[in-house]
Amino acid sequence: MSDMSGSGPGSSPAAATPGAVDEASDIIVCRDVHKWFGQLHVLTGIDLTVKTGEVLVIAGPSGSGKSTFIRTINRLEEHQRGDIIVDGIELSNDIRNIAAVRSEIGMVFQSFNLFPHLTVLQNVTLGPIRVRKVHRELAEEMAMQLLTRVGIPEQARKYPAQLSGGQQQRVAIARALAMQPKIMLFDEPTSALDPEMISEVLDVMRQLAGSGMTMLCVTHEMGFARAAADRMVFFDAGNIVEQGTPGQIFEDPQHDRTKLFLSQILKH
Amino acid sequence: MTTRHESTEVGPPVTEVGVVGWLRHNLFNGLASSIATIVIATVLVVVGWLLLEWVLFDARWGVITENMRLFLVGLYPQSEIWRVWLTMVALSIVTGLSAGTWRSSALRMMAMMLAAGQLALAFLVVASGLGLVATAALAANALLVIVAMLGAQRHPVGRRWLLLGWLVSAVLTTVLLAGLGGATPLPAVSSNQWGGLLLTILLSVVGIAVSFPFGVALALGRRSKLPVIRLLATAYIELVRAVPLITILFMAALLLPLFLPEGVRIENVLRAMGGIIIFSAAYVAENVRGGLQAIPAGQIEAAQAIGLRSWQCNLYIVLPQALRITIPANVGLFISLLKDTTLVIIIGLLELLGIGRAVLAQPEWLGASFEVYVFVAAVFFVLCYALSQASYRLEKELGVGER
Repeated sequence: MSDMSGSGPGSSPAAATPGAVDEASDIIVCRDVHKWFGQLHVLTGIDLTVKTGEVLVIAGPSGSGKSTFIRTINRLEEHQRGDIIVDGIELSNDIRNIAAVRSEIGMVFQSFNLFPHLTVLQNVTLGPIRVRKVHRELAEEMAMQLLTRVGIPEQARKYPAQLSGGQQQRVAIARALAMQPKIMLFDEPTSALDPEMISEVLDVMRQLAGSGMTMLCVTHEMGFARAAADRMVFFDAGNIVEQGTPGQIFEDPQHDRTKLFLSQILKH
Repeated sequence: MTTRHESTEVGPPVTEVGVVGWLRHNLFNGLASSIATIVIATVLVVVGWLLLEWVLFDARWGVITENMRLFLVGLYPQSEIWRVWLTMVALSIVTGLSAGTWRSSALRMMAMMLAAGQLALAFLVVASGLGLVATAALAANALLVIVAMLGAQRHPVGRRWLLLGWLVSAVLTTVLLAGLGGATPLPAVSSNQWGGLLLTILLSVVGIAVSFPFGVALALGRRSKLPVIRLLATAYIELVRAVPLITILFMAALLLPLFLPEGVRIENVLRAMGGIIIFSAAYVAENVRGGLQAIPAGQIEAAQAIGLRSWQCNLYIVLPQALRITIPANVGLFISLLKDTTLVIIIGLLELLGIGRAVLAQPEWLGASFEVYVFVAAVFFVLCYALSQASYRLEKELGVGER
């Protein structure tokens, strides 16, 4: 545990809410998840269980369905067959279930997706104020704590366009954390960044992993995977072809596709 | 031209900078350019001199000053005109308070324009001998705008109170202008008697204020996930956009009464307002739809991911950005709406231009059409130019095109 554990909002994965009764430690359960885009079968029956506090890195070639898969977990994409159960709530077409699940999951996008017409502080407080109905002053206080945690409290009054890419992505992480989620999804969070800004974002993610947050990260940053991941999952052609600890995957990949991918990505 | 080589300091030659340089570059850059400059300048001076001579000595401005009351309020009864000035008191206070509270430079500019406009009106009123009370009231109003604005800058008013203020002044305006009827101190004034600048501004303001939210709702409806709503919104927009405004006004004036039950009558002005709103809303909707399409899908995904409901996503994320993008298009639309109010003449309403034509029908002013049209055109120019300047300020303030 790092120095951050329990020090701020969002860092208490054990905050007990009703719902997670039977499978206490399994926070995400996916069974035989399928998805098609038109005729294209992009997820071909994924089975995956994630435990509370686990840090999962999802790797794989582009087009293998890894982004689509994590987007089904907070219903940005709809799955068409199988079950996804998040913290005891089954994702279905029921709008209340979708809202409940989304409020437990924070998401960070490749292209940041900050709201350009709002200041950094307003970006971070919007969710707490409008969804959680937190009082404005309290929300701003929490937001400042989070911005301090990601290292940019002095940027609070600026607009996203005035920030560097790395700073914007850290604001996006703070915005997601402000909802005090139990799970964080990262969809290639460093792919749109200049090389020198990647590490500032990875540092924040590493701290977050150390604080006990459940994380699913789609990323090509193998250094981060090796240092922070509890488990690596390798995707190809819409399904998981191999999984294990980072050590197992890096030292002794079993599947040919994994071997090829790792040799390509680790060559440099 | 001899100074060119005498200068010892290193700097651009005097013929390249300053007034001389500017003239050389822009007006006398070669033989052809010099001839063109001289010819155009001569024409401009002659035309300008003739125009000035006409404005100062030849024009019969009596046609304007002696009919000023008609130009300003139409056939509104002379004894009740104080009600028009009184509505402007309420408007001045609320505008000033809003501009002061919001600290928006565009709003401040609009408030200053309202003050300047009322001062100009005061000048027109006194020049036409319409009474010192009206002049004093208008001048005091101009001051009121500024006092309210400065006051609210120091002590901001709550947004809820401002909204209430706008609603109250809208109701007050209606009651004051239309009257309560009977033996009350406010005898009824039929809206058929409203006219001139008063009617032009009423039709435009109501048209803009109502058609804008209506149009936004239509644009959202056209993108709705519910097929029935989407179909209705699309049908409305396409239908209205396929019909000229004149046709809609005719239908509102002539066909609508046929469908109303016996005894129910809607006054002409209301029908014209309805027609303008129906027409303009469809265009607002298409402008806004363009803005909505420009919002990247990632914005909506991010809003969903932090748990905003879809109405919240529209209200807090999509609409603020979409409306901002569409300011130039919508202001353009509102400027043409302002000018299109002149079309109500075909259903017998006398707004500014209509009054002008009515004035010209008087035998004693038979030859004065140029004066009347110049005056009417000048008033429209001032209104439209003010609107477009305010919108430039708003665009700058909101950073349209920068993000």
